[in-house]
Amino acid sequence: MDCYTANWNPLGDSAFYRKYELYSMDWDLKEELRDCLVAAAPYGGPIALLRNPWRKEKAASVRPVLEIYSASGMPLASLLWKSGPVVSLGWSAEEELLCVQEDGVVLVYGLHGDFRRHFSMGNEVLQNRVLDARIFHTEFGSGVAILTGAHRFTLSANVGDLKLRRMPEVPGLQSAPSCWTTLCQDRVAHILLAVGPDLYLLDHAACSSVTPPGLAPGVSSFLQMAVSFTYRHLALFTDTGYIWMGTTSLKEKLCEFNCNIRAPPKQMVWCSRPRSKERAVVVAWERRLMVVGDAPESIQYKQLTIQVLLDRLVLRRLYPLAIQICEYLRLPEVQGVSRILAHWACYKVQQKDVSDEDVARAINQKLGDTPGVSYSDIAARAYGCGRTELAIKLLEYEPRSGEQVPLLLKMKRSKLALSKAIESGDTDLVFTVLLHLKNELNRGDFFMTLRNQPMALSLYRQFCKYQELETLKDLYNQDDNHQELGSFHIRASYAAEERIEGRVAALQTAADAFYKAKNEFAAKATEDQMRLLRLQRRLEDELGGRFLDLSLHDTVTTLILGGHNKRAEQLARDFRIPDKRLWWLKLTALADLEDWEELEKFSKSKKSPIGYLPFVEICMKQHNKYEAKKYTSRVGPEQKVKALLLVGDVAQAADVAIEHRNEAELSLVLSHCTGATDGATADKIQRARAQAQKK
Amino acid sequence: MAFPHRPDAPELPDFSMLKRLARDQLIYLLEQLPGKKDLFIEADLMSPLDRIANVSILKQHEVDKLYKVESKPAVSSSEQLCFLVRPRIKNMRYIANLVNADKLAGRTRKYKVIFSPQKFYACEMVLEEEGIYGDVSCDEWAFSLLPLDVDLLSMELPEFFRDYFLEGDQRWINTVAQALHLLSTLYGPFPNCYGIGRCAKMSYELWRKLEDEEDGETKGRRPEIGHIFLLDRDMDFVTALCSQVVYEGLVDDTFRIKCGSVDFGPEVTSSDKSLKVLLNAEDKNGRALLLCCRYTGEAGRRKLQFCVRRRGMDIKQMKNFVSQELKGLKQEHRLLSLHIGACESIMKKKTKQDFQELIKTEHALLEGFNIRESTSYIEEHIDRQVSPIESLRLMCLLSITENGLIPKDYRSLKTQYLQSYGPEHLLTFSNLRRAGLLTEQAPGDTLTAVESKVSKLVTDKAAGKITDAFSSLAKRSNFRAISKKLNLIPRVDGEYDLKVPRDMAYVFSGAYVPLSCRIIEQVLERRSWQGLDEVVRLLNCSELAFTDMTREDKASSESLRLILVVFLGGCTFSEISALRFLGREKGYRFIFLTTAVTNSARLMEAMSEVKA
Repeated sequence: MDCYTANWNPLGDSAFYRKYELYSMDWDLKEELRDCLVAAAPYGGPIALLRNPWRKEKAASVRPVLEIYSASGMPLASLLWKSGPVVSLGWSAEEELLCVQEDGVVLVYGLHGDFRRHFSMGNEVLQNRVLDARIFHTEFGSGVAILTGAHRFTLSANVGDLKLRRMPEVPGLQSAPSCWTTLCQDRVAHILLAVGPDLYLLDHAACSSVTPPGLAPGVSSFLQMAVSFTYRHLALFTDTGYIWMGTTSLKEKLCEFNCNIRAPPKQMVWCSRPRSKERAVVVAWERRLMVVGDAPESIQYKQLTIQVLLDRLVLRRLYPLAIQICEYLRLPEVQGVSRILAHWACYKVQQKDVSDEDVARAINQKLGDTPGVSYSDIAARAYGCGRTELAIKLLEYEPRSGEQVPLLLKMKRSKLALSKAIESGDTDLVFTVLLHLKNELNRGDFFMTLRNQPMALSLYRQFCKYQELETLKDLYNQDDNHQELGSFHIRASYAAEERIEGRVAALQTAADAFYKAKNEFAAKATEDQMRLLRLQRRLEDELGGRFLDLSLHDTVTTLILGGHNKRAEQLARDFRIPDKRLWWLKLTALADLEDWEELEKFSKSKKSPIGYLPFVEICMKQHNKYEAKKYTSRVGPEQKVKALLLVGDVAQAADVAIEHRNEAELSLVLSHCTGATDGATADKIQRARAQAQKK
Repeated sequence: MAFPHRPDAPELPDFSMLKRLARDQLIYLLEQLPGKKDLFIEADLMSPLDRIANVSILKQHEVDKLYKVESKPAVSSSEQLCFLVRPRIKNMRYIANLVNADKLAGRTRKYKVIFSPQKFYACEMVLEEEGIYGDVSCDEWAFSLLPLDVDLLSMELPEFFRDYFLEGDQRWINTVAQALHLLSTLYGPFPNCYGIGRCAKMSYELWRKLEDEEDGETKGRRPEIGHIFLLDRDMDFVTALCSQVVYEGLVDDTFRIKCGSVDFGPEVTSSDKSLKVLLNAEDKNGRALLLCCRYTGEAGRRKLQFCVRRRGMDIKQMKNFVSQELKGLKQEHRLLSLHIGACESIMKKKTKQDFQELIKTEHALLEGFNIRESTSYIEEHIDRQVSPIESLRLMCLLSITENGLIPKDYRSLKTQYLQSYGPEHLLTFSNLRRAGLLTEQAPGDTLTAVESKVSKLVTDKAAGKITDAFSSLAKRSNFRAISKKLNLIPRVDGEYDLKVPRDMAYVFSGAYVPLSCRIIEQVLERRSWQGLDEVVRLLNCSELAFTDMTREDKASSESLRLILVVFLGGCTFSEISALRFLGREKGYRFIFLTTAVTNSARLMEAMSEVKA
């Protein structure tokens, strides 16, 4: 109490240090640490130990043991190493243990020694073996850098999304570099290596020689280098016992120090406390520890966020503790409790000794419909553990049917996926599944599946209509849908074919299909169209002019307008044009020609099936009152008033209306009595009305 | 306004926000491609785009030249090309051709495709198949609601009708659900939901799913709109097929209103050029113009209907009427004269084609008398080649009101039609049959026998023969029975005075209450489908009519009188007018959301097959 500073020792001029034990390690090590590969995860994470029998005696009869401890030495896992020789160990940011083998294969283990996956660093590495390896952390995740026996570097900046990069050759490099490290600058991973008195920086494209500013002369070799955790600072230890500290960009020197020890240090690392302004490098030899510091400058450290803390608890399967923390901190469910429950569920599905039913039920009981829990994610994990049936059971709890689809597809339950996609109402999702099915099934099965799903079928048809016409035809064929096949061929007759023979052939196919569909009307209509087409072609050849693709009505009209009355008559007979139509047609055509003489002749050829009012109307339309009047007398009684009014004979119209004693007609005539001369007529009508009322 | 709202009528929400949202998003997307660029716009998007961002706004965001996406390739020298298109495969081909041509010429440019209102996987697939997926960047312009009037929102998706009701393609349902989601995000939840029809049900369920997934956003918000009603167009084809006689409807039928504005040709402007007139006029002159338009609208409407009833169509009288009534608004004289010109032009056209006879026939069809006479009228219509679309419309109206044509007529009318208008319409008939618009009465079957057969086919899933999502068999219209049940043909004692409308039938000169509007009225009155079981059954919708009420204490009485009506497959101006009228009578306000404003001609054209 009386002397706080009693156990503090001076360090340089202005700093002091003290030594005390934070806690003692719980572990009971069988091996000496020096014989082991050791990896400690950042932020007080777990420690992995693997006795390295390959280092000393080549033929090791006993298999080594991989042990994982917590930061305080609590044993977490222990397993017999059955794979090949390991060169390096390291923890990823997600606390996965990466074990780099000599053959370039990287095995990935979980915190509890559970094997996760493996990947290879490529052929070049396999051939030349791994000489040295580093696991490093970037903002994208964790990376692996390899130095091969051929003194070449290969790296992947993110093992989660493996992209191997082979770094360029270092010119003249004959032996392994004396030391090397990975740097991360401008979001790109580089390698810095020392060969004799030279430093080289390797990036994807080039190898460039670099020189640290203010480096003391006389250096013939670099023995150690260390990069700070944030990749901002670099320390170099030379064979002259000199330490250079500066920025990784090699643009600035922070300080230098000569320790006069020329032996290569065992380890050199940057150390600083969070928020500390002091930066220091710790250098360790067999029996000596040295701290080298520099003048203060601010550094920001990112702290562990609460989310990361929770993640770490979850990784250690301390679910109840994590949940309690969430509740204590009142985290929103989605970020807190639900997420942890989801993790718990993912762990639960890995319990192979529990039956699918029990696991599914247990999970559902605990999770219910907690917001933010994705059953499809849990199911995906179950599928990852090879439990397809469990995955399907879990998917049934997923309320969003759309979410079920990707996993179902992955599990090759495509038909179920299709149903779920349809249920989701998301047509894009349905379409995605359809394309999957199309590749997965043979054509027959694919069509069969479609047939049972009208919604998907309609969607696919729409696509085919524009993009795959032949498939559309096959679809109809498969269904024996002759009606649609007929329509298909009719469309084809318009779209593809220019030549008349081709069009007729397509129409013939269509007609046959319509017969099969028992649609006689359509079949006959199509045959008529074929006849018409051929005839129009002939007319064009013989008479010139344009006939093709006119309607029957227009074809006959064109013939009349061209003065080919005989042909017109013939056509009308051949195609059995009804009398009424023919009369309307001729009437209109002759009026258009203003062939009044022919019109009159025509009107007298026999009794008009359409009456004579149309004659009056058509003449008036052509402003020929003289001709119009010729027909008024022949108009039937019920339309006579109308006809007379059309030609402007109000007086006579009044007479007829009075004769008919028809009130409606009388008012119609009256409404036309607008001219000055119509006064008498109007009076006449009024009188007639009055008379009618008297009776 | 001619018909003022009741003083207690609720205020409409401000929908101009939707425009601002769309504009901001578009600008954001344009700026994603910094620097000068040429913009290729799909023809169908031009008018809607014009309502959101005019050329000067586009220029401000470095759009250099504008091109129309059409069949012939455009020559652009810009280094950056931006395409604003609907998600259609043919557009993808257009873009692919352009990009591939550049590649052949060794030219590299930047390409950006903006899909509106959303992109479809099939489109990206095509880009990939054409080998240009990596060359273009894709984005979505989620512009799905265009306010055409203070109470009218259009999705401007006319193809919805054909895609869904003919092809059974459900792609747009998601778009509808997204649009509803946007509305509920902006204007609060809808406490009372009703709907009828398969598409209505699917859209509703999908929308609910969206709400559930993103819960919290609308929760706790005060609802501004108390009711939502979703209705499929195929619940009521009849109303859409009738000739319109309300003013906007007449203008739409005659001149085609496009995106809320209409091009008046020389015959209206009485000069040699065309003029584009905004029909609701919300932009520059604001309120005054709106009032004026409404007024002319109402005046024109009343006058026209008056004239139609009276047979004698006296233009001079009408001109006097309109100009006298509107003396006070001289500053808008230009616009007025335009509308008068429009009226005149309509009158001319309608007299020429003997509009009277046509209306008479339609009314006869609606009421179900003189069927033979109407059939002959239609036949003559076809024989005289009056108009292919009009003939088709009358045939469909006959078919639906009569539960299908008798086999003899079915064959003969079709034969006549093919002779008049060309054999390619065989495909049109096949479409109409599939959509249930033009069908044949099953010979010998009594009504009940057919129905039981149909219901068996529909429920029996093993009957794999129904490969179509929509079987025309299941679509007996039962119009006559429904009409009787819902009293759609009002009894009129004496003359129906259009100046004092009595009921919604006024939109059809007092002859017919629009079925769609009657259904909505009935359900709102009951706050459910209770007591309408028979009608629902006749509409073939026993499983497809739904009510969903959430206990919502926060809903103010004002909001409970605001009703959002969603027409899936389009609605007509007649229906809008009818419901506006109903709103005025009952103190409600209706808000219309439609996939597009439609009319009989558009419906028929959507079903027509035109030679490629």
